[in-house]
Amino acid sequence: MVRLDYDVVIAGAGAAGLAAGTVCAQAGCSTLIVDREGRTGGILNQCIHNGFGLRYFKEELTGPEFAYRMSEKARHAGAEFALNSAITDIKQLEDGTFDIRVLSGKDGVTHLHARAVMLAMGCRERNRGAIATPGERPAGVFTAGTAQKLLNCEGKLPGKSAVIVGSGDIGLIMARRLRWSGIEVKAVIEIMPHSAGLTRNVVQCLHDFDIPLYLSTSVIRIDGKERVEKVVAAPLNSDRTPDTSRAFEIECDTVLFSVGLIPEMELARKLGVKENPATGGAEVNSAYSTSVPGVFSAGNVLHVHDLVDFVAEEAEYAGKCIVDYLVGAKTGKEFSSAAGKNLKYAIPNRFAAAKATRFLFRPTVVTDRAVLKAMVDGKSVWEKKLAFVRPAEMIIAEVAADTLHGDVTFELEEL
Amino acid sequence: MRELICISCPQGCRLTAEISGDSWLITGNRCPRGEAYAKQELTDPRRVVTAVMPTDDPAHPFIAVRTDAPCPKAMIPGLLNKLYRTVVKTPVKNGDFVIKNIDNSEISVIVTENI
Ligand SMILES: Cc1cc2nc3c(=O)[nH]c(=O)nc-3n(C[C@H](O)[C@H](O)[C@H](O)COP(=O)(O)OP(=O)(O)OC[C@H]3O[C@@H](n4cnc5c(N)ncnc54)[C@H](O)[C@@H]3O)c2cc1C
Ligand code: SF4
Repeated sequence: MVRLDYDVVIAGAGAAGLAAGTVCAQAGCSTLIVDREGRTGGILNQCIHNGFGLRYFKEELTGPEFAYRMSEKARHAGAEFALNSAITDIKQLEDGTFDIRVLSGKDGVTHLHARAVMLAMGCRERNRGAIATPGERPAGVFTAGTAQKLLNCEGKLPGKSAVIVGSGDIGLIMARRLRWSGIEVKAVIEIMPHSAGLTRNVVQCLHDFDIPLYLSTSVIRIDGKERVEKVVAAPLNSDRTPDTSRAFEIECDTVLFSVGLIPEMELARKLGVKENPATGGAEVNSAYSTSVPGVFSAGNVLHVHDLVDFVAEEAEYAGKCIVDYLVGAKTGKEFSSAAGKNLKYAIPNRFAAAKATRFLFRPTVVTDRAVLKAMVDGKSVWEKKLAFVRPAEMIIAEVAADTLHGDVTFELEEL
Repeated sequence: MRELICISCPQGCRLTAEISGDSWLITGNRCPRGEAYAKQELTDPRRVVTAVMPTDDPAHPFIAVRTDAPCPKAMIPGLLNKLYRTVVKTPVKNGDFVIKNIDNSEISVIVTENI
């Protein structure tokens, strides 16, 4: 670290932090990107499979390749890095600037000063406790991401035969990785009636290997003394309780849980930013500013993305907004936006009517034809037709400037 | 008639292929890559292979690699076996070849990180 005073300090050097840092540095702002890991790229480094960057780089890349390109861009733009450094606290000072406490093995505790802060800490996996499966607590139970890190970064095999609980993308990708590493995958068990991951991952990670996917099925027990011996599962009744009369057993020595991700919000909470219960992240306006002026957020810490390309695009835009904030640009009159029928959430939560806004939604239904409506005072003032709506895929809608004059609720109508 | 799902991008279009003799009618694709995918998948299915290989550097004992083009499915188990048994000599950088032209298939394996 050359200096301790920056225009922008970014917490996290994943795709989001790197994309925002590139834009800020290019605009001439002094920018420091801080990460507790020893290398840049965040979660991408353990995602050694391909499928990244089709949209952003127009090329299909692996996670480490995407990370490398983003890191080079940020370096060339002139962003500085502080690695092996965890941000442990951020405080807003009376003049609206920030004091940032950093802990590193090399320098111990240091304090940074910044005019703006970007939260780009990514997310962590929900663990098994979070969904509380009954049974003993034998060895051989991992979250899918932990198993991914063991295998892809340390070359360690988690076991010999596995059952994967939850059909999120990490679980699906891990099913293929286990098979390619010589480990048997007995089944993927999903409590919902549809896969939580992208269809292409169901095809190339399960169908390719004839791995059965049990939908609307719940794991009711994990048995084993020292090591996992079997999983007991049961299909759900129409009231969504397990039908134990149809319970079945699957022998295995390893269970991977892929039951979702939650934004890493500890630091944000210390800053007192307002949270959005539907995303688990912060509430933001269309400039990606949280409720604390000068604190911005994008990427998986804002809401869980399925595609890194969208993370990079979103964070680039947030980077531009940070630059605007630093030069003192005003956003103008804001209205609120909320998620209504068939939508889990809408981002941003507030928007400036005078500017075009890109809204992001997470649908709760599976349908092949739908219409997205913006309701103001109970009337639909803007609509967009959609094909192939899936909870695993984010909906993106650009709304032109001066279209929405009032607080809006978005609704998704199935056709 | 055959039904399949295009895996060339996250859209995951549902394709149907009607084949009569030499003529193919592919529907359901939202871009031309879907048609190419269906023809390839029904005649010679291929996948990009990604894996980690051991290295000679104790500080970085494993390195991520991939094939530089999709690999015929039947070749994959043999290729993986070879990858797990071959030690990568460091230093290497992103894009360097570790195995060239596997079994005269014109497909090569490249590393995807710098060590
Ligand atoms: C297993 C898996 C598979 C995926 N597969 C695909 C795919 O095939 N295609 C695709 O496009 N996308 C995929 N994604 C999605 C995509 O990779 C991620 O959404 C994206 O990389 C997230 O970027 P991020 O910067 O928001 O978060 P992260 O990459 O998680 O970065 C956050 C960084 O912040 C750091 N950090 C956190 N707290 C602190 C702190 N207090 N102090 C300092 N540093 C901190 C962390 O160390 C980390 O480096 C996948 C994701 C996962 C998890
Ligand atoms: S047909 Fe085109 S749009 Fe559809 S999944 Fe294939 S590549 Fe994507």
